[in-house]
Amino acid sequence: MTQIGKAISRLEGWQKVTGSAKYAGDYNVPDLLYGYVVNSTITKGHIISIDTSDALALPGVIKVFTHQNRPGLAWFDIMYTDMDAPPGTVFKPLHDNEIKYNGQPVALIVAERFEIAREASALIKIKYEEMHFETRLDRNIEKGRNAKKGLATALKPPPPKPKGDFSLAYDESPFKVATEYRHSTEHHNPMELFATTTVYEGDGKLTIYDKTQGTINSQIYVANIFGLHFKDVRVLAPFVGGGFGSGLRPQYQLFFSVMAALELKRNVRVTLDRKQMYSFGHRPQVIQKLRFAAETNGKLTALSHLALSETSQFEDYAELVAEWSHKLYPANNTLFSYKLVPLDLYTPIDMRAPGGSTALHAIECTMDELAYQLKMDPLELRLKNYAEIDPSTDKPFTSKALKDCYLKAAEKFGWNERNPEPGSMTHGNKLIGYGMATGIWDAYQFPARVEIGVNAEGKLLVNNATTDIGTGTLTVMTQIAADQFGLSLDEVTFGYGDSKKPFSMFQGGSAMTASTGSAIVIAANVLKKKLLDKAKEITNSPLKDAELKDVMFTHGRMYLKNQVEVYVMLTDIVQANKGKTIKTTNLGAPHMFDLRKYSKMTHSAAFVEVEIDKDLKTITVTRAVTAVAAGKIINPKTATSQITGSMVWGISKALYEETILDENLGKYMNMNLGEYHIPVHADIKQLEVIFVEEKDELINELGVKGVGEIGLVAIPAAIANAIFHATGKRINNLPIHFDELL
Amino acid sequence: MNDFNYHKAATIDEAVNVVNENPRAAYLAGGTNIIDLWKYNIISPELLMDVNQLGEGIIETSDGIRLSAFITNSATAWHPLIEERYPLLSKAILAGASAQIRNMATNGGNLLQRTRCYYFYDPNVPCNKREPGSGCSAKEGYNRIHAILGASEQCIAVFPSDMCVALAALGAVLNVSGSAGNRSISFNDFHRLPGDTPQLDNNLLHDEIITSIDLPSKGFATNYSYLKLRDRHSYAFALVSVATGLDLEDNIIKEARIALGGVAHKPWRVIAAEEYLVGKAPTAENFAIAAEIILQGAISFKYNAFKIELSKRAIVRNCLMALDPSSQLPGSQPSA
Repeated sequence: MTQIGKAISRLEGWQKVTGSAKYAGDYNVPDLLYGYVVNSTITKGHIISIDTSDALALPGVIKVFTHQNRPGLAWFDIMYTDMDAPPGTVFKPLHDNEIKYNGQPVALIVAERFEIAREASALIKIKYEEMHFETRLDRNIEKGRNAKKGLATALKPPPPKPKGDFSLAYDESPFKVATEYRHSTEHHNPMELFATTTVYEGDGKLTIYDKTQGTINSQIYVANIFGLHFKDVRVLAPFVGGGFGSGLRPQYQLFFSVMAALELKRNVRVTLDRKQMYSFGHRPQVIQKLRFAAETNGKLTALSHLALSETSQFEDYAELVAEWSHKLYPANNTLFSYKLVPLDLYTPIDMRAPGGSTALHAIECTMDELAYQLKMDPLELRLKNYAEIDPSTDKPFTSKALKDCYLKAAEKFGWNERNPEPGSMTHGNKLIGYGMATGIWDAYQFPARVEIGVNAEGKLLVNNATTDIGTGTLTVMTQIAADQFGLSLDEVTFGYGDSKKPFSMFQGGSAMTASTGSAIVIAANVLKKKLLDKAKEITNSPLKDAELKDVMFTHGRMYLKNQVEVYVMLTDIVQANKGKTIKTTNLGAPHMFDLRKYSKMTHSAAFVEVEIDKDLKTITVTRAVTAVAAGKIINPKTATSQITGSMVWGISKALYEETILDENLGKYMNMNLGEYHIPVHADIKQLEVIFVEEKDELINELGVKGVGEIGLVAIPAAIANAIFHATGKRINNLPIHFDELL
Repeated sequence: MNDFNYHKAATIDEAVNVVNENPRAAYLAGGTNIIDLWKYNIISPELLMDVNQLGEGIIETSDGIRLSAFITNSATAWHPLIEERYPLLSKAILAGASAQIRNMATNGGNLLQRTRCYYFYDPNVPCNKREPGSGCSAKEGYNRIHAILGASEQCIAVFPSDMCVALAALGAVLNVSGSAGNRSISFNDFHRLPGDTPQLDNNLLHDEIITSIDLPSKGFATNYSYLKLRDRHSYAFALVSVATGLDLEDNIIKEARIALGGVAHKPWRVIAAEEYLVGKAPTAENFAIAAEIILQGAISFKYNAFKIELSKRAIVRNCLMALDPSSQLPGSQPSA
């Protein structure tokens, strides 16, 4: 292994920084038409009439599509579902005159230029009949009910059943904390706007450049709705400018672009503007109530976590929120509940560390409160309740180096310099606060098929439909593949971002390295056997008696392990195959059978320092250290970037980020990057990432777990706990505005 | 965003004459706000009169400095004369927007930027400033960023500029050209309170254009400070900002200037508070009394009550920072 473990810079980095990387809205195919979507300005009700005459009269406008003149589409709701669709009835654009949420797409204008289409959008006159709506979770708490079950429930099961007698144990425990946390809505806001360029190839064939986290997901969606053959729909996404979950489901620009292309038999691009980024999925509003109790020695006796989350009126989007505390901490008495409130908003969608980041903020702040009540160091309380096996399932972990995370990060941070007394540490005009928190995230793996082959030049060709949403997938997969044959990176070509390539799930859940990476190893092993078989066919082959276990690969050679000088060149093997690429396609899948006896988790620990102005209460996160236990790290550079980016997001979630939902209008008000605050450079100071050694021989072929969301989950609680340490105030609702400390 | 004509003005007179004849003409300088407003369908000019090339730079006059309205915020903030003689103005400009926006935005445009009230920018919700008589969505809505001083039943929006808070404190004078001739407007008389006409941000007529800004000779370059409190450390509008200039002699205040931003429909100055400080020692106690005077009559709404207390504390801190201008940090953050 020479490439795995190396800090390699992104192979496509120069394309991105020079602007030569093309995104979905960058393909300027000939005779392109441009679509602009008109969105509902009411929150709930019906369209009485749409007057498109002024828009159609504008020179350059080709067509206006509404629910009244849209083409006939697939009849059954099921045809509109996608791989990530929650249980319920999927939203169908332009289906009828019903308005289900503010910002719902109600018309598509297609014009010769984008600017004309946008101008025409202001000329469309729509009369609505408005109805009463409910958009606030905190005003509809009594409507909470269990989430419907469906396919997506496989990854998001309901919380575990109660254990023991929670109420009794809680009442009788000497130390106990009851807390409540409220989170605002958030939107993903990837840098790249949502866009689709559909190339109308004729004969029912389409080539589609889509902003998506799953090319095959988009392909299935389009083929089903428009009644096309799967093989006739090719979806490409070679570059994706960030997803964070927003591209896990096909978004409506894909539907509109394809619909218009098929109807007009032209190439059509639909780009959503920044404001329209706020008209589909989002991180939901959540209210959480926790009660934790402990013995005098700090051992937890009772854990309760009740979560209430928003969903739409048509789909039951669910997250894993209520169960995380018990995956971290043992307790004999537990009570968990997760309920949904349907509101007149679009269905939420996974957003970086969905559920986990929400839950861990609440859990780890509650643990901090408990530590203060116990007069125990917050880190000591975690170590006191450290779980060697998963308390929620009583199964051992495939690996768990969380203790190392705690200790290494604490040491690096200087946690032992902390005076636990709130407000006791100061510097000039500033109060200094230290806070820590634990992180946990599932080590997901999805099935993936990989095609791998060696061509006449001795180059390795590897193909899989996955995207690279900016995480470094191309680089990491190239490293993994290169090591299977002892090749250098430039001898490997990884083809991806194309629905024509072998199957990949959408790219989410920090699962892609484990999924496609493992499939590469499996397919490579099959290819090695094929190469050996072919090598034996060469006249006087020096390897004619060798078995697969006897050979190794390096520098384009297959050689005998014990006799390095006995080898065959890969190019000669392919030559023996008449110069035709020798290849194989194989499925990699999680080891379901073996892994059912185990719990598989990534872990992290975060330590944060905040500075808070004594009078004005302005907050700065001055330092943060995160240690991560995520199995083998394929590329320390891209992995560090992932964790650093996640830490920035954790700071954002704690202090900045919220979509403002006007309670009277039932709509979001800050739909742009000027008013939707995420941190700027001036807000981000010193961030450090540590990867602790974690050998995992059970989890998959590579021993890898994901390194995305695990960097985010611990940060918000660590910040909130540091703010408490600095000020003595607990602010439980996110984001924390500095003025709440006045 | 509609189709439009574009004209590049050769002279101020030409610009004024063309705009005077067309009620749907608009001046274009940096374009950092007008393009936003246009894309959101808040405005729909049919003629853009580009005035960017009319700038004359920064010149010394007999009693101060004259800043062209047509040069950029960056060029102004980094100009040696401004850094040396009006550092308060330089700091305030650099606390605003982002480097990229300051490189485009002009001085005249800064004075004319519209409020950042969310409801003003959404053409589909009531807003008296955008559509007089339609109502104010902010009063009962999410009004965390809104006014605590000088608001009216019709409008509780705030004026978002940083630069103008310093110009108010410095007592600048604006030179204006229009079809009826030239006139000068003292800074405090330029922006308006919303009253019953919230659609009017200032007293400029449709055809009038700001050509230059006169800064009086007194620049408070020894004891000054600008403090900006906001939700993130850059690229965010002020929740509360304060510009302070002090003239001290033997540790006694000879003259004081204090202006607040982010709290009203215009930069907020209370002369009584400044007069109170004259002859007093520059202490936290005296500044706190001045702060009480400035915040007299403040009224808050559901989400912005914090602004009253925050303003008072910000005034005290900023006046103390003015005693030692070296305590100012980049981005006009509170002193360390």
